[in-house]
Amino acid sequence: MRAPFATAVAIGVGLVILLGYFMPIPILQNARSLLLDWAVILSSVALLVAIFNLFFVHFRRLAAPKRRDYYSLFLIIGFVMTLVIGLIFGSTDPQYQRVVTSIQMPIEASLMAILALSLAYASLRLFQRRSGVLAVIFAISAVVFLILFSGLLSVGNSLPLIREVTAFLQRLPVAGARGILLGIALGSLTTGLRVLLAADRPYSG
Amino acid sequence: MNLGQLFGLIIILISAGLILYFWLLDKPGRFLRGFRPMPGFQRLRRAIGLSVEQGNRLHISLGKASLVNPAGASSLAALAALERIARMSSLSDRPPIASSGDGALAILSQDAMRSAYRLSNSPELHDPDRGRLAGATPLSFLAGMLPLVHGEHVSAHVLLGNFGSEIALLAEAANQKEQFTLAASDSLTAQAVLYATAQEPLIGEELFAVSAYLLAGPQHTASLRVHDLLRLGVIAAILILVILSLAGVL
Repeated sequence: MRAPFATAVAIGVGLVILLGYFMPIPILQNARSLLLDWAVILSSVALLVAIFNLFFVHFRRLAAPKRRDYYSLFLIIGFVMTLVIGLIFGSTDPQYQRVVTSIQMPIEASLMAILALSLAYASLRLFQRRSGVLAVIFAISAVVFLILFSGLLSVGNSLPLIREVTAFLQRLPVAGARGILLGIALGSLTTGLRVLLAADRPYSG
Repeated sequence: MNLGQLFGLIIILISAGLILYFWLLDKPGRFLRGFRPMPGFQRLRRAIGLSVEQGNRLHISLGKASLVNPAGASSLAALAALERIARMSSLSDRPPIASSGDGALAILSQDAMRSAYRLSNSPELHDPDRGRLAGATPLSFLAGMLPLVHGEHVSAHVLLGNFGSEIALLAEAANQKEQFTLAASDSLTAQAVLYATAQEPLIGEELFAVSAYLLAGPQHTASLRVHDLLRLGVIAAILILVILSLAGVL
């Protein structure tokens, strides 16, 4: 067996968390809450480790003897500046937050604008790539729901038939989404059980 | 323990028993018998084969869900698929790159690839730099992944896990470079945008079937069988409740 100690710890912790959720036994519930707190702390430490790993990946790319990636310089400068200023002034300092958000917000807004254009273009190209019934249904539903949620049909809400049809159409995506979410919840359950039964060990490198 | 919790515990115990049964006691060699063929996975296998032949790389993105939140199951499914894909492409001159939007996931992706190369008797292929955090926020995660489309000799992208609508930009950039993309997410928004942009989008719970369809092992097939049984159970329960409701019993 790969990594027997890690496997035993993972199964043990998984069982304590699971039983602590279902059984109102104080010792189990205390242990569950303690282990979840540890998980959050470990997750934060992992983020720190991963950020430094990212920094060194870009540093090595910049220092590579061949095919240097000069874009990595921007990441390194941005990272060092944000870290140093954040450490000096603190992350809650209004000036620091203003500087960070006035750089970050426009960039993110531009990316979202490009995203909107890309999606419109991709929707048009969908017919070239997929010419089946599903593509037609996708296009019709996109148009119908754009009209529906634009509020154009709200003028006809005084008519009982239009009101009923609009209400039915608005319920349709919710029903579909619930169907998909149920499937995802069942998939999450079986995936979690696979880890709990040590059938799947994503930690045993 | 209330009735709902008792019912939940019973479902979990039955599911665990069924996974163990199908995994350990079911006839060996019954991989995927009874599962519907999915062209997306055939194309993924072909893309992996082509990338090995042409000396290109695969990019596997594991999403941005932390393992300590409810969407973490999608990250676990993506990690299982990563390990399998890393083993399948271990003959390649350019091993795959894994990107993620969560620190713990990035470290686990390095671990999964190390495990895959150890099992393939080629531990020298392991390079921790190939399992990296692309960004800690949704858009920085995207910004960290976009250069992979244009550099590092990537010929195919496998996007598995939790994403937002911004993932469409990566899929669209890959389309423009004629790179293969297979995408599956637990997020409804991401599924919608990936349906329009990815070459092979997987819908709904198909994300959790990836490792079984890539023949990762009998435990993955067993898990998929149990998933199907649970789904049939939920459908039957919904139909019975609807009939009872229409009959005025409920």
